[in-house]
Amino acid sequence: MKSWIAFWSILKKDIQNYYLKPPNISWGIIFPLSWTLMQFVRSGSLNIIEFLPGLMSMSVLFGTTSMLAVTITFERKGRSFERLLLAPISLNTMVLAKITGAILFGIFNAFVPAVVAAFFVDLAGVNWGVVLLAVSLIAVTSTLLGLLIAVSAKEVFEAQTFSNFFRFPMLFLCGLFIPILDLPVFFRPLSYALPLTYGTDILNGAIAQTNILSPLLCIPILLTFAVFLFMICRYNINRKWIL
Amino acid sequence: MDIVNVTNLKKIYGDFAAVNGVDFSIRPGEIFGFLGPNGAGKTSTINMMIGLSRPTDGTIIINGIDVRKQTKKAQSIMGIVPDESNLYDEMDGFDNLCFCASLYGMKKEEREPKAKRLLEQFHLTEAGKRPFKAYSKGMRRKLTIAAGIIHSPQILFLDEPTTGIDVESARQIRELIVDLKNQGTTVFITTHYIEDAERICDRIAFIVSGKIVAMGSVPELMESISHGYRIQLAAEENIVKYAADLQAHFEGCNVNTGQNNSLILVSLKRIPLLPVIQYFDERRISVYEAKELRPTLEDVFVKVTGIEAAKLKKEKEKGGMSK
Ligand SMILES: Nc1ncnc2c1ncn2[C@@H]1O[C@H](COP(=O)(O)OP(=O)(O)OP(=O)(O)O)[C@@H](O)[C@H]1O
Ligand SMILES: [Mg+2]
Repeated sequence: MKSWIAFWSILKKDIQNYYLKPPNISWGIIFPLSWTLMQFVRSGSLNIIEFLPGLMSMSVLFGTTSMLAVTITFERKGRSFERLLLAPISLNTMVLAKITGAILFGIFNAFVPAVVAAFFVDLAGVNWGVVLLAVSLIAVTSTLLGLLIAVSAKEVFEAQTFSNFFRFPMLFLCGLFIPILDLPVFFRPLSYALPLTYGTDILNGAIAQTNILSPLLCIPILLTFAVFLFMICRYNINRKWIL
Repeated sequence: MDIVNVTNLKKIYGDFAAVNGVDFSIRPGEIFGFLGPNGAGKTSTINMMIGLSRPTDGTIIINGIDVRKQTKKAQSIMGIVPDESNLYDEMDGFDNLCFCASLYGMKKEEREPKAKRLLEQFHLTEAGKRPFKAYSKGMRRKLTIAAGIIHSPQILFLDEPTTGIDVESARQIRELIVDLKNQGTTVFITTHYIEDAERICDRIAFIVSGKIVAMGSVPELMESISHGYRIQLAAEENIVKYAADLQAHFEGCNVNTGQNNSLILVSLKRIPLLPVIQYFDERRISVYEAKELRPTLEDVFVKVTGIEAAKLKKEKEKGGMSK
């Protein structure tokens, strides 16, 4: 019960202090929006359905990683983060509270391109339940990736540089805009080592029926990634945050 | 029964010992002070006690809880005021206090009235509506202290609470700490202001280069260097030449020469003044001043730490040469 009070409080504070701040809301809307329009201008309305999964994945990836890296490194630098470390709640509860905000923000970001696309194309054939599941799994895994970066970085700019180092290659490797089967063969093992590939593939299936793997395979793989990443983060946090 | 028991506590960074085998205990309801110069290891010690940093060695027991093993359980009875005011810049004073209270599981119905009361008590009611980043240094300090006590901790850790703020605010903070003690809170405070320690601490430990060099209540510490009673005598003329004779005259008394041709009588027992003055009167010398010399806490500090600092410096030089 006491842990829940703390959990909600941390989540609420993050949402109010960071996620609902005008620059972040506009970033969350403008970034996916401009990509959507760019793709629209380039390809005409017919192909929007094919681009939508990639756009949604990208919005989640950028939303979660950048926000988490900033909110955590920022608070660590201002030392208010120590308050969370000193609170009588388990490290797991605290970390979950911190990442839940980013996960929700990522999910919100994902639906910006979907809403925009709905004005141009008929999305009646989309399986929204599966989309929500896929988006959530992408949000969880990218948030944990962001957390891993945040744990390693000392400065806000360092966190941003690190996350770009991961994010941009992922745009090309994970089948967001270039189908994985079109990538040079030697890149493919790398693609399959990244969680985003599986999330995007589920989205491809649910929106455009262009998936190459079965969602029944992708979902457990993503869950495994999530657990695995959480454990690495836990280990690193324990080692790096309590000196 | 002690509420805090620290034994052989060590913190080693690389090959540098920031805290080098520290032992002390704190009694329930007392104000215990850690007094030491910059870099002595005060913050390092506090950080280990509150579970923010891992000791290299040693044990810390707080209220029967082993802090190294049950950190979270121990943290639930602690209040912590760090050396920097580390609240949330964007949030106002009231929200900051409520947020801190919620981390300790306080419900909305409990924390909101408590936050209001603390703001009143600290004369911050108006400021409570402004964001923390708009606060002055003294206000930041006060709000940080309020945030540290909102959940009514059994033991409060204060790292240099009066550093860098004006005299009046410092006085208010000292009063507040004494109030907390009177309500039964145990307080661990670090400072490098001797006067602060002398005014409010029940017991003090001097820490230099990661080691405790002296510990006790203020009178005990004074006793440790004064070795009995000392009286300084001054007269119109030079009385130094009477030193040996005076010593022979008054049994159990040591006579040393002081500044400006004065004499200092040292004895384990109290020295009655009349015979001394009569002694000089018989020799037609009028003594115009006879005063008891009492050491200040500063004297104790200089004496105790001065010796240690020199010794440690030598050790460091030795260590440097062997490399
Ligand atoms: N993370 C660290 N890595 C290396 N050395 C450190 C670290 N933290 C502290 N030290 C060193 O340990 C020593 C003790 O530092 P500490 O902060 O405990 O001193 P302090 O008594 O609190 O001093 P001050 O009065 O300046 O606050 C210092 O020499 C400091 O440089
Ligand atoms: Mg310090």
